[in-house]
Amino acid sequence: MFAYILRRLLYAIPILIGVNLLTFALFFVVNTPDDMARLQLGAKHVTPEAIERWKVEHGYDKPLLLNTRVTGSAQLTDTLFFKRSAAMFAFEFGKGDDGRDIGNEIRTRMGPSLAIALPVFVVGLLVNITFALLMVFFRATYLDVWGVVLCVVLMSISGLFYIIAGQYFIAKLWNLLPISGYTGGIHGLKFILLPVLVSVVAGIGSGSRWYRTIFLEEIGKDYVRTARAKGLSEIRVLFRHVLKNGMIPILTGAVVVLPLLFMGSLITESFFGIPGLGSYTIDAIQAQDFSVVRAMVFLGSFLYIVGLILTDISYSWVDPRVRLQ
Amino acid sequence: MVRIGAILLRMGLLGMGVGLLAGCSDSWNNPYPGADAHANVLYSAFSERPKHLDPARSYSSNEAEFTGQIYEPPLQYHFLKRPYTLIPLTAEAVPTPHYLDAAGKPLADDAPADAIAESVYEIRIRPGIRYQPHPAFARDAAGHYRYHALDAAAVASKRQIGDFTHTGTRELVAADYVYQIKRLANPRLSSPIFGLMSEHIVGLKALGDTLEKVSMAHPDAELDLNDFPLAGAEVVDRYTYRIHIKGKYPQFIYWLAMPFFAPVPWEADAFYAQPGMADNNLTLDWQPVGTGPYYLSENDPNRRMVLTKNPYYHGETYPEDGDVADRQAGLLADAGKPLPFVDKAVFSLEKETIPYWSKFLQGYYDSSGISSDSFDQAVQFSAGGDPRLTDSMREKGIHLVTAVAASIWYVGFNMLDPVVGGQGEDRRKLRQAISIAFDYDEFISIFLNGRGIPAQGPIPPGLFGYVDGVAGLNPYVYETHDGKIVRHSIEMAKKLLAEAGYPNGRNVKTGEPLVLYFDTMASGPDTKSRLDWMKKQLDKLNVQLVVRGTDYNRFQDKMRKGNAQLFEWGWNADYPDPENFFFLLYGPNKKVATGGENAANYDNPEFNRLFERMKDMDNGPERQQVITAMLEIVRRDAPWIFAYYPKSFGLRHDWVHNVKPNLMANNTLKYRRIDPDLRAARRAEWNRPALWPIMLLVGGVVALIAPAVVAWRRRERTTA
Repeated sequence: MFAYILRRLLYAIPILIGVNLLTFALFFVVNTPDDMARLQLGAKHVTPEAIERWKVEHGYDKPLLLNTRVTGSAQLTDTLFFKRSAAMFAFEFGKGDDGRDIGNEIRTRMGPSLAIALPVFVVGLLVNITFALLMVFFRATYLDVWGVVLCVVLMSISGLFYIIAGQYFIAKLWNLLPISGYTGGIHGLKFILLPVLVSVVAGIGSGSRWYRTIFLEEIGKDYVRTARAKGLSEIRVLFRHVLKNGMIPILTGAVVVLPLLFMGSLITESFFGIPGLGSYTIDAIQAQDFSVVRAMVFLGSFLYIVGLILTDISYSWVDPRVRLQ
Repeated sequence: MVRIGAILLRMGLLGMGVGLLAGCSDSWNNPYPGADAHANVLYSAFSERPKHLDPARSYSSNEAEFTGQIYEPPLQYHFLKRPYTLIPLTAEAVPTPHYLDAAGKPLADDAPADAIAESVYEIRIRPGIRYQPHPAFARDAAGHYRYHALDAAAVASKRQIGDFTHTGTRELVAADYVYQIKRLANPRLSSPIFGLMSEHIVGLKALGDTLEKVSMAHPDAELDLNDFPLAGAEVVDRYTYRIHIKGKYPQFIYWLAMPFFAPVPWEADAFYAQPGMADNNLTLDWQPVGTGPYYLSENDPNRRMVLTKNPYYHGETYPEDGDVADRQAGLLADAGKPLPFVDKAVFSLEKETIPYWSKFLQGYYDSSGISSDSFDQAVQFSAGGDPRLTDSMREKGIHLVTAVAASIWYVGFNMLDPVVGGQGEDRRKLRQAISIAFDYDEFISIFLNGRGIPAQGPIPPGLFGYVDGVAGLNPYVYETHDGKIVRHSIEMAKKLLAEAGYPNGRNVKTGEPLVLYFDTMASGPDTKSRLDWMKKQLDKLNVQLVVRGTDYNRFQDKMRKGNAQLFEWGWNADYPDPENFFFLLYGPNKKVATGGENAANYDNPEFNRLFERMKDMDNGPERQQVITAMLEIVRRDAPWIFAYYPKSFGLRHDWVHNVKPNLMANNTLKYRRIDPDLRAARRAEWNRPALWPIMLLVGGVVALIAPAVVAWRRRERTTA
């Protein structure tokens, strides 16, 4: 297994280079370094000299991909792409255009992102699986039918609606929780409850339907019939046998997103004032801060690759028939 | 069934417990610690985290909200007086420049501008002003700086300024002001006004060039600005300094009220330049050091920023001179009392308008703007068109504060364009016709909820040169009818269009329909109705308008290259002088030719000549006369459709006092006074938790579970 993981990690390097190159190309097709300088220097009294000085100070004065002013390997290494990319593989992200250290920001913001994303993930998974199993348990009854209808209704509503409705009813009308904000420690619990509740409810529709489909597929299999024939109760059949066998597709969806929980949620963090990585990314895109955007895309890609490796490992853990070679 | 009953009982008890808890503690939705309920703290919000707090770099209004309270330039605007009046802040008096000729000989105060080679501003600051507590000033028993020789390992554990045990202070001296002026030339700071100031301050450009060379040669070495002299800024004595300005530039006095010219102690730069500081975001750009009434005690721009009263503040008293309206509004109730009133100001990051508005209504923010979403909930217009608060707002004791901004929005014609540009009579009439067709009175009503005033020229209200009422109308677009100012009829616009060579919207020579192109940064579904409205305005003339929505970068690029035909843009005043608006139309500032701020590329020699005369004049009848002549030229030439002067609407709770919009000053926090007890009472009253939804939820869960349980038991029995 170790060799497998090592091989997968080595595969990740060209993927990450590719992602980085693509991000670089897309970003600089839309924004030139001059544009970035103007945005940073403000709209007033910006002279061409000031733009040049800003570019020099921030290292944006170099050619993008190929430096024809020098010779040898420097043609590739003395470029904006290389200078900005090489250090990232050592997770040295440098500074954003606002002068703040990106690594420091990521470390600081990871906590708030996780504070929301982790409970949403765990509680959401539990709620969705439970609800799905209930629908399967009461399959072909009015409870199942109305459960599916409810799921479809929940799925059809925009995520933004849940946020606005949650804030309006729970925080504004009923005064039960703060409408937005964040603080660390135990005092932060009251700020986390609402976004977690809203995010869990928003995810019930799609999650439960997906898991219901998985469980329904399992429940028609021979081993379930055998279990029933042995006289096991339906609860025991569902929770001991069907749930365990349904874990593989569940893991596919769940484990892969596990590392990405660090990246936070763009909209939820913005609406609830959570100072996480999601809002950091959105801010960077709006501010055209290439350094931060590139770092976040790189980090996201890396975590996604880690998630895929973890998924593979979890397969072999859940299903002994799966072997990693 | 017994077990389920027990579970339900427990849930009920839990609900009751929650209810009891509600009765015992403060409001559940209170985002602040309950212990602060009666504290003398002002609560506000910011929607975008500041990029820069270094006074050499900061230029945005959202940054000025902080830097204005921390840094003290020599001058400030009087809080109450209108028109805006400069008064001393740290200076002993508002300086009057004295003039020198090319040989360095003094000239009379009324010397002609072209004879003046240099203007010298001598500023004397008040002794005894001290900086906020900061580790950069901390000294040990031997008098050495405690924190000026740290290595990266020692800094590694310091994440905030509060992590340094010792702090110190020192007296403000004139050299700190000179040091900051030099910082404007530091290439590593990329000050946004360096380009502009290097045209005015003697030797600043040369200093910038020198520093750039040194910086390039020694990229890792710290630039000690004390080693580099600046001819245009000199220390006369401990409390006096002089600034030398090239020629005559009367508007420079306004810059002395901006944080760009606030003092920065060299110790701060030396402290933050140490290894490891920047890696922990410990820089002057994020941890300011000033002499103002507040200092930044907590700086988490991702969550909240806290300004705390500076214990070393030199003291200032609330202004005693205001007009009758100020007295009637209670704005002189605190006259003569020491400032600042508020102990602490907490600014929370609030990116979205909905939570911001809701928290304001709950009493968790002391004041608020009004977004379009909540406008109808807050404001209604009387039959006379005057805005007033809705009943629900008045019942809460909320007050409305309005002010016309020192800004203008306009639609510009690119004067280099072969269709709409140029000085020919036909082009002029075309622009005048289009100016009439764009009904900005309607625009303000539909899209701004009345938050604007139709513009009659480039100078907004509140600035010298603006003339109100009939005397100040733009006769090329408006006329009077029964004593009221109304827009010219569309028939008149059609007549002008025909005279311009486009009868009924078609080229008289070719018969081709007139198609115009409008470039805007506005794009997306939100702006569609607004852009449709613009097309509709030209439909009235049978002229087609093609809207070219683009992003900010592309728009700027088009403007620089002169590729736009019609475009919309705006301008906020840097200072309250008509020069700051007329220079947007000054020929030598053409954007295409010089990269200046004249985006319309308008260039009228007569206007240019008058501008050069006007900019050096003191306010008075003679200057007004010149301004009137300039207004006549730009109104006739119509390089802009003068759209509107935006009007800001703000709300405050009745526990907030001393609020008067001052669109020039950014240091008004020190005047605010709050009544924390009234606020605490209102918050408690407005935020009682409603427990019935919890009970309903419990009941709903029971109602859902019960039939499921019954069905499950029935099925179990069947299976058995």
